[in-house]
Order: sequence, then C-alpha cells, then structure tokens
Amino acid sequence: MDKRAVFRSWWLPTAFALPQLALIALFFYWPAVAVVRWAFTLEPPFGGSAEFVGLANFREVFADPLYWNSVLVSLTFALAGTLSTIFIGLVLALAVDRQLPGSGAVRFLYILPYAIAGPAAGMAFRFILSPERGLMASVNAVLPDFWNPAKYGSHALILVIVVFAWKWAGYTFIFLLAGLQSVPKSLTEAAAMDGSGPIRRAIDIQIPLLAPTLFFLTVIMMTEGFVGPDTYGIVARTTDGGPNHGTDVMVYRIVEEAFRGLNYSGASAQSIVLIGLIMIFTFIQFRFIERRVHYK
Amino acid sequence: MADITIRAVRKSYGKTATLHGIDLAFASGEFVVILGPSGCGKSTLLRMIAGLEDITGGEIEINGRVVNALEPRERGCAMVFQNYALYPHMTVADNIGYALKVAGVPKAERRTRIAETARIVGLGDYLERKPAALSGGQRQRVAMARAIIREPGVFLFDEPLSNLDATLRVTMRAEIRKLHQRLSATSVFVTHDQVEAMTLADKLVVMNKGHVEQVGQPLDIYHRPASTFVASFIGAPPMNLIDCSIDATDAVARHEHLAIPVPAAISAALGGRAVTLGIRPEECRVLPVGQGLPARVDFVEELGSGRIVHVAFGSRIFAAAIPADIRVVPGDLIGLALPEAQLHVFHRETGKRIDVTHSTGRLGRHQGQDAAPQAAEAV
Amino acid sequence: MIQRTPYADAFTYGLMALGFLLLIGPFAVIVAGASQTVQQVNAVPFNFLPQNQLIANMTAAWTRADLGTAMLNSFIMATLVTFGKVALSALTAFSIVFFRTPLKHFFFWIVFITLMLPLEVRVVPTYAVAADLFEPIRLLIAWVTGITVSIEWNLLNSYAGLTLPLVATATGTFLYRQFFLTLPDELAEAARMDGSGPVRFFIDMLLPLSRTNMLALTTIMFVYGWNQYLWPLLMITDPAYKTTMMSLVSLLPAENGTPDWNVTLAGSLIIMLPPLLVVAVLQRWFVRGLVASEK
Repeated sequence: MDKRAVFRSWWLPTAFALPQLALIALFFYWPAVAVVRWAFTLEPPFGGSAEFVGLANFREVFADPLYWNSVLVSLTFALAGTLSTIFIGLVLALAVDRQLPGSGAVRFLYILPYAIAGPAAGMAFRFILSPERGLMASVNAVLPDFWNPAKYGSHALILVIVVFAWKWAGYTFIFLLAGLQSVPKSLTEAAAMDGSGPIRRAIDIQIPLLAPTLFFLTVIMMTEGFVGPDTYGIVARTTDGGPNHGTDVMVYRIVEEAFRGLNYSGASAQSIVLIGLIMIFTFIQFRFIERRVHYK
Repeated sequence: MADITIRAVRKSYGKTATLHGIDLAFASGEFVVILGPSGCGKSTLLRMIAGLEDITGGEIEINGRVVNALEPRERGCAMVFQNYALYPHMTVADNIGYALKVAGVPKAERRTRIAETARIVGLGDYLERKPAALSGGQRQRVAMARAIIREPGVFLFDEPLSNLDATLRVTMRAEIRKLHQRLSATSVFVTHDQVEAMTLADKLVVMNKGHVEQVGQPLDIYHRPASTFVASFIGAPPMNLIDCSIDATDAVARHEHLAIPVPAAISAALGGRAVTLGIRPEECRVLPVGQGLPARVDFVEELGSGRIVHVAFGSRIFAAAIPADIRVVPGDLIGLALPEAQLHVFHRETGKRIDVTHSTGRLGRHQGQDAAPQAAEAV
Repeated sequence: MIQRTPYADAFTYGLMALGFLLLIGPFAVIVAGASQTVQQVNAVPFNFLPQNQLIANMTAAWTRADLGTAMLNSFIMATLVTFGKVALSALTAFSIVFFRTPLKHFFFWIVFITLMLPLEVRVVPTYAVAADLFEPIRLLIAWVTGITVSIEWNLLNSYAGLTLPLVATATGTFLYRQFFLTLPDELAEAARMDGSGPVRFFIDMLLPLSRTNMLALTTIMFVYGWNQYLWPLLMITDPAYKTTMMSLVSLLPAENGTPDWNVTLAGSLIIMLPPLLVVAVLQRWFVRGLVASEK
C-alpha cells in the first residue's frame, strides 16, 4: 500500500529517520555482522586473530546430539504452545463474541495474564505446579511421582508450555475476538434466518471466516515460541533448561553457550540457523497473508 | 484574478501516460468546468495546476508566470477537495484560518478575516465546532471558506459535490456559481456529472483518455458535439447513435433494412461512405404506426413531465423523449421520425464530427485539436 | 436478533467459567499463597483462602530483594523506553510515509529486517557493542583515515545501556506507519495548499492526530519495557541499577533454607502489579495498540 507521498525532499526524511536508523545500525546490524563473522571463524583460545574455518562451526554444531535435542525441544514447545494458545483463545473468543450478559467482564479479565512477564509468571508457576506444594502436591500424595518437573524432563517441558499458554492465550483471544467482531453481523443473521443455531453458526460461518486470523496467529505464535523473548525468560526462570536438557530450547542453548560456555563461534552458528528459520516464517507471513507482518 | 495557459502538458507514471499533450487557455474570471469519465485525467490536470503533481512535459502558466517548478503555496491557487480534507482535530475557525496562520498573519487580523469569510458561506454560528459535528453541506462550506479566505487568483474544485445528496448538490451548485460571480476569481471545476458541467460552466472542457475532446460554451457543445464520445457523454439520456452507410443516389442512410432520410447535401458529399448518425432523444418524434420508420416499443420510463420510450429500431435500441399526452405501452408498433436537420454525422472510424455545409455540399472536419482554445465561436 | 437458545447459552457460560478458572485462577493462587504463613503456604492440600499475612510477606520480600531500588529502576527503564520509542518511531514513520524519495523504501526495509534479528540470536555482539559503543565508529575512522583514535563509551551499568537498544526496535514505527497510511492523502495536500511545509505538517497535523495512537503505543511499550529480562541481565552488574526482573532470583527460597514461598509469591505479586495496572486501567488503549501494530 503506497501513499500518494506528498513532500519532496531527500535530506529531511533522512534527518528525521536518522536517530532510529543509527540505533538500529549500532544494535542490530553491527552485531548481526559480528554473528556472521563469528559463525565462520574460530577464535584461538589463547588470543591471536580469528581464523576462517568455513563451515566447521556448523559441522560441529550439527554433530552435537544436544543441539538436535534443543531443536526437538523447541519444536515441541512452539507447536504445543501455538496449538494450545490458539485453541483456548478461539474457544473463549467464540464464547465472548455471543455477547451474553457478563461477557464484557470476562473479556476484560482474560487479557490480564498477557501483562505478566514470562519470567515472573514462570516463577509463580514453579510454586503453583510444584510437586511438593501448591496444586499438584495433593495428586502426588495419592500417586507418588505422578508429577515432578524437577525430576522428569517431559514434566518440565509441560510446565513451561503451561506457563507460555497461560500468558499468550489472552493475546490470541484479543485477535480472534477482533476478527470475529469484524465478521459482518448480517452474515450470522442470515445464517440464523436459515435456521442454524449458535454452535452451528460458529462452525459453519465464523471459524471459516477467521481463517486468515488463525493462520496469522499460527505464524506469530510459532515465531514467538522459537525465538520470543518470553520463551527465554520462561525457561530461564522456571526450569533453567533442565532437568537433563529437557527444556533446553534453542534460544536458551544459544545464550548459555555464549555466556556460560564462552563458545561464541558455536553460538553464532546456531544463531544463523535460527535467523534462517525466522526468515522462513517471515516469508510465509508475507507470501500468504498479504502484508500482515509481525512487528516486534 | 488570473488567467491560466496550459501548453502541451503531458503526464506519465513510469511508462503509462495519462495525459497526452493538453493545450488549453482559461481567461481571467472564467468559470471553467473540466468534464470527463473517471480515469480520463481531469483530476490529474487539476492537481498539476495546483502543484500537487509533477508536470512530465509541457508548461503551465498562471498570470503569465510559468509555475512548473513552484510549490503549491507559491501559485496563488486554492483548492476544494472531493472529501473536503478538513483538519479533523481543528475547529471550524482554525480550519478556515490555517493558511493565514502558516503565512504568519497576526492573530487579530486572522480573527476578523475568519469571521468575515465564515459569514460569506453562512457558517458564522459554527466557528467553534469540530468538523465531525457538522453536516455534509456544512463541511462543504468550511472547505470553501478555507479556499476563499486566501483570496486566491484561482479556485480549483475537485468533484466537490459528489459526496452530497441530490438535493444538497443542487443547492451547493447554485451557491458555488453565486460565489464565483461575487469573488470573480478564475474557477476550474472538475466533475464527471454533465448536469453540473452544463449548469456551471462558462467554458466547458470535455476530456477522454488523456485527451481534450472538445472545448466550448456548454450549449455549443450540446448542439455540435465534436465526436461520438462527446455526443454520448453530454445529454441525458445520451444521444442515439447508429452506424449507417450513406446512399450515393438517394438521400438516405441505410442501416440493415432501414432507410433513414438525410439532407441531400449529406448524401451528395458523403455518398457511399460509412458513417455514424446521431440524434438526441429530445429530437426524435413518435408517430402512429405506418408513418416514419418502423419501430417497436421496448419499455417506457415515466418522468412525470413526460416520458422516455425505448424503442427497438433495427438492431438498436433508441431512446425518444415524448410529451406526457402520447401514451404507448411495451410491444406497441410505432413510427419514428428523425428530423433531418437534427441529424449529426460522425466519422465511423475516428468518431469525429463531420460538418456538411448545406449550401455548397462541401465537406468540413471538426476535430478536437482545431476545437481547442479558439473553437468557442463555432456557429 | 431474537433467539432463545438456553442450551447453547449454558454451554457458553460453562466455557467462559472454564476460561476464567484457567486464566485468572493462577492469580488467585498467587494472592492466596502470598497472604499465608510459611506453614500455610506449604500445606497439602493447598488452601485457596487468602489469609492476613499479605503486608508482612510483601514487606519481607521488599527488603529481601531490595525491591525499592529495583522498582525504581524498572520504572525509569520502562518510562525511558516508552518515551524514546513514542518520539523516535513517529519521526521514522513520518519519513517513511510522507516523502517521495526512493530512500523511504530503504528506510522501511532497514527497520523491517530488525524483526528477524531478535536479541537472543545476536546477544553476545550486542553486548559487545554496549560495552564499547564507539568500536564501529573507531573502526570506520581507522578504515577511512588510517588514524587510530581512542574514544570509548561504555554503556554497561547505565540507563542508556538499558534503554537505547530497546528503543531501536520496529514496533512503534510500524504502528505509526499503519496509522499514517489510513489518513486520506488529501489531508497533507490540503495542508500543502494552505502553505504548510513538511515540518509544520508534522507538528500541526500528524502529532495532534496521533494522540490516541501515542497512548496505545505508550501502554504496550511500558509493559514491554517493564518486562525486559535478558537484556538487563547482561547490561547490569551493579546492584544499584538492577531491575525487577533481575531481582526475581533473589526472591526464591534458598536451596536448603526455609521454603518461604509466601514471601516469593508476595514479591512476584509486587513485580507483576505495575504492568497489570497499566493493562487493567488502560485496556482499551492497550488492546488497540496490540491489534494495530500487528496489521
């Protein structure tokens, strides 16, 4: 979409955009170049200038089973997170969209979890879904070790997915509700004239018309699940990537490798893979949903 | 007061040309209406005069000064936009006075001029309102006041009435015309509505596909359209057109089995030629069956003051305006009379008007380019 | 529309109640836990009823994690990010939308591509830039002139370091762009006919018209700034600059000490409160900001 842009000047827009562009150059592009440089070089452990090693860093990363573990964990996390948030958001949006008395109040409440930072939510859920106290302790008292995210990687993964879903369900809810409200009222009225009830209408009319929103949210939530800042925060403050790498998502592994393992080259190679993944998501978004872009 | 000269003006976006060499001259104080279907380039031309579009080629001169390189504010034009483009966050007074504020006119003077202008357009009581709280007609007035207050040499109107309902449109039309007489600035008014064009214009410019089709006084254009395009664009319902070949021996034009009588001068000059004949519905006459040319009533539109009959005439449908006292119903067979003197002849391929001087039978061409500025004196 | 659909209505209420349990339930557990004593909070089964220890636990959490400093820093950080963003992105969006120059596409893509470079994937070099802000400039000078200069600016442990990289992101720019594109072309043209230049148009028209968008952007950016986790963690080592998200760690019960989760929950409740208030009170704007910036 292009405007009949009206002012003619090249220096004025440049001056106006300069502050942000300068910050972007410093904090986005310069580091991105460094990432690429590091991914293809190796810093000798005892100083000296970096040496070009071609794809060796990538080969090393791909040879590491823990890397593939993190890919699998990330994939599970993103998929489960996406499906659960969209499912919950959709069901609640359909319910609230019927505008029965009281739906205004729950609409207000459903959005609240989205205000909470991932790490803070993660810490609260460490208590809420702890094996020894909170809600699950009673279950564990009957069935010992039924739930223990501190011990089992799969339980821990479920835990971080629950935290993610809790926070982001309100977000998908907002968009799906907005999508439903933009369905022309005459359509549901026409369906009602044709004799279909509310649930029938939801399935036959509303959900098909929501398809673009659903698709858009799928891409957004997948991106969020793979590289969202919340994903890192949730994992870091809920499970620390453990137990036994059970929640070692890709972003968490990259940051850990870089700052704890000081393996910049390995981390950079993994970053490149992840950037490639984001580019694919962004491309899909651009290709299939005209011009609706995820802005973060 | 300003005159405008447009010389060989062209406009293209990339490779697609939208205006192909426009030549026009508007005298100071004239009310010029540029009429054409959407996409004919009329708005682009107006916006080029305003300085909102680049001029790809040619020159525009306002008051003897070439303005191609001048900013809009330096051209002395004011413009009324189709959607009014009022500043939504400003009051009516601020909207009207914005140009003065930008120009640095002192506040006190601004206030008196705003009040004076608002009075002219009848908005005196609404100065503190926001545009959202105004009716369509009032918004239109604000837009006009905003243009008037600058005391411009040229008023530009870009389809300003098309967002109003039918009744209001007629009222505002009259007001614009009165305002023009009072302010005596040059006005250039763009529209696709031929009634607006006929009622407002001192000088009418008909455009089509980036060309000027005809320039002249409204009545001249109505009576002597320069092309089939102009003929069918001006007048409602549009002129009936029928492809014929002129018989070389008899004074008739033949279309299938029909033989339409034409003046002898035409058959003498154009014998054997393929032409398009045109006649306005107002000039067609309906006769009892057996007289005139045979036709069958297809359907009838009631207007109250009269009616329009649509008749199947050969393979064509012709419209004829008839007085209220002639009653016909669909299916009736009637006779159609096409008075010879009212026939227009157009070139079959180019659609250009062909004038046959009755006395000598000599052939004359009436073309768009010839019709440009000086053609207004056509007989 | 007149409809009697008692079963569907009951079902709808059932779903809404379930959603309420899932989404608001955790808040109830947090509040209940935060108001209990150590014994109560560790009791099995969990008691959902709030007790009277809330203030005591909050006070304990406040001292334990030095929340006074952290809250102030988080507030400063969120405010700076918000203002920086509301201002800078308006300027950039203006230059992207309202000028006829090929540069505007270039600017657009420069901003757009940042969406594909989240902090997590460029974390080390971004940290390096913050630690030595002028390195790129030094290299540039050395490359162009051959002169080695030694100007340095270290952003670690400073508000500038906390906020500048976050101000650069694309969200606000696209929100404004989206809004500017909905304005009719004639608005700017009318202003031009009235003699206004671009700067005047920006100040007289765009800024006042953008008020609601600024409010929407303010709400989402405040929450965004407050909830930053990874970046402050890297930037700040000096306790005087630490933010609330960083003090979460010190709220956790000690590994082998008393499991005083009541204090932990009370502390996290304090930390959650400011963004929660913003979203609750300004929900209309917050939702508008979210939906608008995603189009």
